[in-house]
Amino acid sequence: MADTDFDIDYIARLARIHLSESERQVYASQLSKILEYVEKLKELDTENIPSTTHPIPTINVMRPDVPATSLSTTALENAPEQVDQLFRTPKIVD
Amino acid sequence: MLHQLDISSARQRLLAREITSVELVRSCLDRIESVDPQCRAFLHVVAEQALAQAQEADRLLQSSDRNKPLLGIPVAVKDNVAVVGEPLTCASKMLERYRSPYDSTVAEKLKAAGAVLLGRLNMDEFAMGSSTEHSAFFPTRNPWATDRSPGGSSGGAAAAVSSDLCLAAVGSDTGGSIRQPAAFCSCVGLKPSYGRVSRYGLVAFASSLDQIGPLTKSIEDAALMLQVIAGPDSRDSTSEPALVPDYSNQLDRPISGIRIGLPKEYFVKGLDPEVESAVRQAIETYKSLGATLSEISLPHTEYAVASYYLIATAEASANLARFDGIRYGLRVPGDSPHELHANTRGQGLGPEVKRRILLGTYALSSGYYDAYYLKAQKVRTLIQQDFRKAWEQVDLILSPTTPFPAFPIGKMTDDPLDMYLSDIYTISANLAGLCAISLPCGFTRDPKLPIGLQLMGKPFDEANLLRVAQAYERNTSWHNDKPDLPSP
Repeated sequence: MADTDFDIDYIARLARIHLSESERQVYASQLSKILEYVEKLKELDTENIPSTTHPIPTINVMRPDVPATSLSTTALENAPEQVDQLFRTPKIVD
Repeated sequence: MLHQLDISSARQRLLAREITSVELVRSCLDRIESVDPQCRAFLHVVAEQALAQAQEADRLLQSSDRNKPLLGIPVAVKDNVAVVGEPLTCASKMLERYRSPYDSTVAEKLKAAGAVLLGRLNMDEFAMGSSTEHSAFFPTRNPWATDRSPGGSSGGAAAAVSSDLCLAAVGSDTGGSIRQPAAFCSCVGLKPSYGRVSRYGLVAFASSLDQIGPLTKSIEDAALMLQVIAGPDSRDSTSEPALVPDYSNQLDRPISGIRIGLPKEYFVKGLDPEVESAVRQAIETYKSLGATLSEISLPHTEYAVASYYLIATAEASANLARFDGIRYGLRVPGDSPHELHANTRGQGLGPEVKRRILLGTYALSSGYYDAYYLKAQKVRTLIQQDFRKAWEQVDLILSPTTPFPAFPIGKMTDDPLDMYLSDIYTISANLAGLCAISLPCGFTRDPKLPIGLQLMGKPFDEANLLRVAQAYERNTSWHNDKPDLPSP
């Protein structure tokens, strides 16, 4: 099934990645091959197997709720565009 | 030739005032200048800063602070672990001009221990790859044969340690990214148990698998480095709250009676004969040291690669959503926010990263989540159960680190699946949260390429893992061999 219903344009749109025409073709064929390979998981009956949610079971980890220093404006130093100590973005709502 | 020292011997000589940290650091910087143009392990060297840190270390060596465990020792850090003020590119165009606004916990601990940080080590972009060919800047070359890959993704770290550019390095391991390059370059590579080392300040790839760990010239040094970087951290809620044992003082305890398992699924077709024979020799060495070796079964091994590549890519697709062209890194304009995101990611991310994000996005997408991601997480449970059963019979598990030695650059890049399949021996430790180590166990004949032996241990059993690795190292001399890099 994998190689027939893998819609590269739909997935690229979900992932917010612009692909060139040659990238589309290469990735579509490579990913189909990888998906064909992972089909082998279907050989296993996992009906009553719980899924892993954490590699090593841990109980909730708590820390005292006390104020501490934070990044403040240094967080802006790597922003592609900033204005008045804010991130500048393109217009989102018309 | 001070750069050839390991941490333990350098430390003795520093404390005895036979050498200074400035001399030691200068020796590494000279070595970088003369041989790194052939290997290209470093993305960025901070020479002046390192010499200033070394001067400070020399001052402390005369004071009551002289007992800091890494005082004056030059180490280098993979370019996905934050050091304040330094670049943090993850070998990606996306972060080409990024500078860390803060220290990772590991960097903080290294600095507090007195280490001198030499610079940033090359890697596969965002740690996705097994060859360091996926660096957006340049591939790193294997010091043992410069037409070959050093492995990856911590290829810069392994190449730097094995060619004596630094005394030790810090890397990250999501599916073998410390151990596989350590095996390819003949150094020690330790992936601690999930939760042993804080990931605060590590750029996340797959958060249920990522761990930070050391690459070193000896087991003793690996124990020392782990001691420095391990421990709970309130800024990483996945870090293990239990106290860290003393790793160094248990290293020399005898290993007779220790039970070592040999997974029959790991010794199969596809394993290079020279690698197999080196590992079989190591098994004989362990028998002679009084260990009990027995065959065990990890029946779901053949499903590990498929499970891993769905889970790791799904997590990567979520983690790398942060590279949106808004808050940091590259921004490529577009007519709408959506176009800005897509253009930025289209230009800023390299082919392997795109491939994995696309695969992970698919595995999580509506209608496919159950068939791919959930299925993979259930198979992960089966793989964990395999190990739990194994621990009823044995204390540690022994295997090759990789099915074959370092491959020629360019050989594996055409078919991503081939590269994924080569991770078969290392990824299960990440899926099950185990600790695991690769150590040198021999060389192929022609060309002479390093072979790595892997030991895997129960979660948080690094003390036994290191002790059993140390017993092997003490009785062999593979770790003393050095690559023959002509220095011009």
